[in-house]
Amino acid sequence: MSVFSGHLPASKRVLGFFAVLVAAFAAVAIVGLIVSMFGIFIAGGAQHLSWSFLSEAPRNNNMEGGIFPAIFGTALLVLIMSILGVPIGTATAIYLNEYAKQTSVFARSVRFAVNTLAGVPSIVFGLFGVGFFVQFLGKGLDGMMYGSMEAKVFGQESLLWCSATLAVLTLPVVIVAVEEALRAVPRELREASLALGATKWQTIIKVVLPNSVTGILTGSILAVSRGAGEVAAILFVGVAYSMDGNVGLTEKFMHLGYHLYVLATQSPDVEKALPLQYATTLVLLGLTFLLNFTAIYIRSRLRTKA
Amino acid sequence: MAKETSIKARTQTFSFFYGQKQALFDINIDMHENRVTAFIGPSGCGKSTFLRSINRMNDLIESTKHTGLMEVDGVDVYGSDVDVVTLRRRIGMVFQKSTPFPKSIFENITYGLTLTGKKSKSELEEVVESSLRRAALWEEVKDRLHHSALGLSGGQQQRLCIARAVSVNPEILLMDEPCSALDPISTGKVEELITQLKDQYTIVLVTHNMQQAARVSDYTGFFLMGKLIEFDRTRTIFTSPSKKETEDYITGRFG
Ligand SMILES: Nc1ncnc2c1ncn2[C@@H]1O[C@H](COP(=O)(O)OP(=O)(O)OP(=O)(O)O)[C@@H](O)[C@H]1O
Ligand SMILES: [Mg+2]
Repeated sequence: MSVFSGHLPASKRVLGFFAVLVAAFAAVAIVGLIVSMFGIFIAGGAQHLSWSFLSEAPRNNNMEGGIFPAIFGTALLVLIMSILGVPIGTATAIYLNEYAKQTSVFARSVRFAVNTLAGVPSIVFGLFGVGFFVQFLGKGLDGMMYGSMEAKVFGQESLLWCSATLAVLTLPVVIVAVEEALRAVPRELREASLALGATKWQTIIKVVLPNSVTGILTGSILAVSRGAGEVAAILFVGVAYSMDGNVGLTEKFMHLGYHLYVLATQSPDVEKALPLQYATTLVLLGLTFLLNFTAIYIRSRLRTKA
Repeated sequence: MAKETSIKARTQTFSFFYGQKQALFDINIDMHENRVTAFIGPSGCGKSTFLRSINRMNDLIESTKHTGLMEVDGVDVYGSDVDVVTLRRRIGMVFQKSTPFPKSIFENITYGLTLTGKKSKSELEEVVESSLRRAALWEEVKDRLHHSALGLSGGQQQRLCIARAVSVNPEILLMDEPCSALDPISTGKVEELITQLKDQYTIVLVTHNMQQAARVSDYTGFFLMGKLIEFDRTRTIFTSPSKKETEDYITGRFG
């Protein structure tokens, strides 16, 4: 090859061509996958989506009626999960970012724990939920409040303990999102507040947190959408096979993701259950997308406002 | 110039360290009440460090330390019984970059006031008006007090920060290059303000603008590489400095 030639060597050109080809193929494949996924669910489940499907309780071994208890249960689950998890996650993030010395052993241990928590398989959280919340905390509470560890009020699988388990599972998501938001608050604003004679706490409450609302909301919504789709973590902690519409905090409840699993594995008639599965999937996906879009929307709204 | 006023703040062999790095070396300065004390010097010579040592803003930076004495009203501000929050309430600060809170103009001004407890609406309104008037901003913003402060121009934002600083009636006002981001007209307004405000406050001003120091200050200190080379009445510094480095700097042969 001539030294005067500005072209790449032929081997490199061929390589480049293949790289582009592979990338293009991958892109098409991904889009195709998503389209066919939705296609299957819509084709298989759409005709089953009806008002009664959304608003009625299941009957006849889940083969008839609707999935309202599962929708309602899932919504309650993520609501309680957020009430439990978001304040704790936010507080942890505030501690890590505002109070802890970045080099302190304690802060680094907490950070390590958070990162580890993020990598733990969700089924492990499920076992933890049974062991810690149901057996230890729940039975302990029963012992204290009702005089017997076997009172079966708190000491049994329930919506409450599922929410608590999911709160722990989604804690890293909240912490990371809030920390990111706290870090984005300019140092100048904190200094301006402190220079006016504000305490550190006043500065956090009046300047830092209002400037991190976006991050806290995004973190919460990401946690919620992660929690809404999680099945393995609550498998042993309180989900029910089938129920009517009534839900109690210390009782079992129906859940969309688990309901899918039930339909797929425990139906008396697998053929007949398939459209129900698809329809349930559509509802679950719709819910998740709705939450994610809400997060994106809030984010962009607050960003343009600031 | 008028006769000497009493000393509001002073340092004795004050040194400051960022980790291992020494940023200030044995500084001795008296800052007089109702006077403007200006500090000039090339970038990185320690002017901001000195200013931020007075209200202990440098406490926020990890692994810093000081030696020597920094006194306000005869009390060591680094003394163990000094409450840093109270100290900062007595010493206002205006930063180089204007830092309005992303709140309304009204809320920006009342921020400092509401830190010490609830105030009546009329009291707040009164302070907002008087502070904005003192910062020569009232006429420009009186019709949009409840609009976001971020909608103001750069010069207005800086005057808002001055109004915010004076709203809590500090005794000392620290100003770190308050005009560096402003156009000549806004700069003129802020300078006029400084000369008015010194009737009530002790003002310590850092500036890169030699004319500004000459125009508004009563005393001037020249810093070079963390050392206070010369400190004297402003007229003396600008007409007959005793050190060659000072002369080189103010005549523009340096930096
Ligand atoms: N947070 C910090 N950590 C370590 N060193 C610092 C820090 N802040 C300032 N310094 C150093 O201290 C010295 C004095 O800095 P300072 O900001 O006080 O200078 P200055 O005179 O205000 O400069 P300028 O005119 O550019 O604002 C510089 O060498 C600077 O690098
Ligand atoms: Mg500076």
